[in-house]
Amino acid sequence: MGYFAVKGGADAIENSLALLDFYRLKEASSPLEINQIVSQLRIAVGKIMSEGSLYAPEYAAIAIKQAEGDLLEAAFIIRAFRTTLERRFVSETLNTREMFVRRKISASFREIPGGQILGPSMDYSQRILDVKKAIETKESIADLLKAFEGKIDKENLAEITFHDKVIDILNKDGLLQKADQKEDRRLLDITREAIRFPAPRSARLQMMARAETGALMSMGYSSMRGFGSVHPTVGELRYGMVPVRIKDPRGRIRYIGSIEVTEAEMITETKKTNEAGVALFSIGYGLCFGQNDTKVICMGILDTTLRNPDPSLPANDQEFVLYHSEGIEAMGFTNHLKLPHYVTFQSSLHNVREAVERNK
Amino acid sequence: MNHYSENWLLKVEGLTKIYGKSNVRSIENTGPLFDSNICPETGAIIACADINFELFPGEVLGIVGESGSGKSTIVKMLYFDMEHSAGCVSFHRAPYIGKNILNESNQSKRAIRNHLMGMVYQNPRDGLNFKFTSGGNIAEKLIMAGNYHVGTIREKATHLLEKTEVPVLRLDDLPAHFSGGMQQRVQISKAIANHPPLLFLDEVTTGLDVSVQAKVLDLIRELQQELGIAMMVVSHDLSVIRMLTDRTLVMKNGRIVEQGLTDQILQDPQHPYTQLLVSSIL
Amino acid sequence: MIEQNKFATQYRFAFIDEATKREIRRKLLKAIAIPGYQVPYSSPEMPIARGWGTGGLHVTLAIIGPNDIFKIIDQGSDASVNACNLRNFVHTMTGVETTLDTQKATIIQTRHRITEEVLKANQIFVYQVPQPEPLRSVERYENKTRQMHGEADYAKMWVSLYEQYVRHGDIMLGAGYPVKVNDRYIMAPSPIPRWDIPNLHNSEAIHLFGAGREKRLYAVPPYTKVAPLEFEDVKFHIEDFKGKPCFRTGYKKAFLDELYYDDGSKHYVINDSNFLDKLVNKETPIQHENAYLNKLPHESL
Repeated sequence: MGYFAVKGGADAIENSLALLDFYRLKEASSPLEINQIVSQLRIAVGKIMSEGSLYAPEYAAIAIKQAEGDLLEAAFIIRAFRTTLERRFVSETLNTREMFVRRKISASFREIPGGQILGPSMDYSQRILDVKKAIETKESIADLLKAFEGKIDKENLAEITFHDKVIDILNKDGLLQKADQKEDRRLLDITREAIRFPAPRSARLQMMARAETGALMSMGYSSMRGFGSVHPTVGELRYGMVPVRIKDPRGRIRYIGSIEVTEAEMITETKKTNEAGVALFSIGYGLCFGQNDTKVICMGILDTTLRNPDPSLPANDQEFVLYHSEGIEAMGFTNHLKLPHYVTFQSSLHNVREAVERNK
Repeated sequence: MNHYSENWLLKVEGLTKIYGKSNVRSIENTGPLFDSNICPETGAIIACADINFELFPGEVLGIVGESGSGKSTIVKMLYFDMEHSAGCVSFHRAPYIGKNILNESNQSKRAIRNHLMGMVYQNPRDGLNFKFTSGGNIAEKLIMAGNYHVGTIREKATHLLEKTEVPVLRLDDLPAHFSGGMQQRVQISKAIANHPPLLFLDEVTTGLDVSVQAKVLDLIRELQQELGIAMMVVSHDLSVIRMLTDRTLVMKNGRIVEQGLTDQILQDPQHPYTQLLVSSIL
Repeated sequence: MIEQNKFATQYRFAFIDEATKREIRRKLLKAIAIPGYQVPYSSPEMPIARGWGTGGLHVTLAIIGPNDIFKIIDQGSDASVNACNLRNFVHTMTGVETTLDTQKATIIQTRHRITEEVLKANQIFVYQVPQPEPLRSVERYENKTRQMHGEADYAKMWVSLYEQYVRHGDIMLGAGYPVKVNDRYIMAPSPIPRWDIPNLHNSEAIHLFGAGREKRLYAVPPYTKVAPLEFEDVKFHIEDFKGKPCFRTGYKKAFLDELYYDDGSKHYVINDSNFLDKLVNKETPIQHENAYLNKLPHESL
């Protein structure tokens, strides 16, 4: 009689889980190693850390393997794992000016302090399917790495320098809008309390930092296409390693390691004028774990649009953007439609049948 | 109408609305003498200041002025659509006697809007919910006043539509499909649904065809005579004022420049601005 | 690199950390003190997907103790796949005894049904709630619905019921019919059928509601007035199965499932699996009584 949603629930689950393993492994010649995922699927690992809200590359890699590459599931697994962890410290504020820069670009100026550094990026690659990737061997990898290192003159390494940000230039010239003193500046923790709306900026940025990249991308895109009010410029986009510090029990600041982040500062012209009647620039900010240009650019766009509420523009509507870009909640609820709803449906059936009766 | 000083229904004192940062000289440096609403020192906009008047039961008070005069601002503040900057408004109805209703809680204000005031906006979309039928819009008011009997609600709504000359068959239709004039009539039905002692009409015929305007104005006049509601009629159009009102306030740059019996103001305007307005009636 | 024993994570009793459990319990006390009022809470992520019962789990895991006896049903059935998964999870995380017997359980977690068998003073009934906000269909913004509840401004809700009557001849809400609790808050009872709504009123048990994804908790304490929204002349009524009997027991006075078989035949069966089992075993479980049941036409009973 086919599959009943009613009987044999436990057996069905057991068999379903066994099938999952079977499908994952039946063609496996050798197990995927976690370090392979961490190193060769670096961007996916970054995405899972960012959406799972946990900086732990190896655990992210395990989740990707467990979910067979379903990145929505993998992020979910990491989020759930995160709940089990004890929070022992709150870090000192990260200072991205201390970033060991791997990539740093600006669209607003031709030359910026420290220069435009493309870094590792697909931006200017040609997206021609590279079938040679199918025949990589240990030897070809070793050769490639050797050739790359051969180009570095280890005797004459450049000094590591830190550079001013593009927004520092704007600030020095008095071109940046000052923060609105009336703005809600409370520092909330979205993992410790339910956020009510309108949400303070701290909550909005936190929610976007963990949001699903595709969802943010679609809202940011809508904003640029006329469903929003903003056409921003990339003031500065940086990707690199930032040091993390904590205060130990004796009050001393200790360095505990560095994390990969991508950061964007998006510049827009505002409509609000200062006392002199000039409309200055405002900055939309974006930050996330891992290398993810799309996410931080869209975060920056949305940071600005959400500060200018407008019920006719979806990207300017806080509740719309923040509720619906939360990947774990969205995935869960859309998929919950698969759960049996026959009692709920039965209720509707009654109503409609009676309506038909009434209209006979 | 008795105009004994304590017989008022609504008393407005020192009502003021300022946008932006003002200083102690902002008010004295703006107004009709300066032909400006903008404070020369701070750039603040004085939408209206030092507004004082009384409204008596059953009386129709007009407020006339060009755009920017502050006339709509006053009514918006009285209906709690906008926050005031300063002022005291007293309503002679229990349990608000002796209180400044501008400082009442949100819940009180809602109760006042439900039971003691009605509002008809220039744009029907401001006063009606276009997702509900015309009957549903009126029902909203009746339900807020504690009516939970569908049969009675429909009876009362039908009665109100009849009174405002909306075909009763349109009770269950959506206002989006009505003409502008009919939408205004539905708004009027909704506004008087709970027999409030006070009704605000904010440029209600502006934007309607001239023939339709005349009909709506006739309707308002008939209703006023029949129900004895006190009204505040805001308009830039002196002919509307002439037709409907007993007394008038003339506004310029956020201040009252003249007030008095409508007939007298129209026949013998004192203030130069009023004279200008009167002389330009077609 | 990760070593083998890095993964040997020991889960604490009831999975959730103690501080969060305490937060949930405190918020539940607030919810009980203000019947029908939605209390926001942190709603930490669980290994179960959002929309699949995290809120119900939060409540259960926060209140459960080693001596509790736990039952869980989904659409009335203990055997439903998701109920099995959640039962397994709760048992693994607590070691608590589980049961299918409504009468034996001290905590019952449910998705979208109240048991046919009556609930007693020693029982806690925990609901999984997809949408805690009863006004969401008439107002999409949380900002505004919060204000509407605070000011008891429910006019829009009432007008939408009026409009349904005008359009369809009756209020067309099915499962999850909105109720007024303790004459103050309008509450979403979770998508239980109309049949179950009257059993919230004046119940001996505690009813706790967990909406994990939307991050709200609310409650109906025992002996509380719970009234479905109705007009004086357009009244609430429960589903009428018009005398169709359960094909396995012949019983009529219960919420029935419609079953379609391959041969094209249609049968009805009692939805509540434990109630059905008891009747099949010739036991006499005591059923919920309420005024709306008694209003059904004679043939339906």
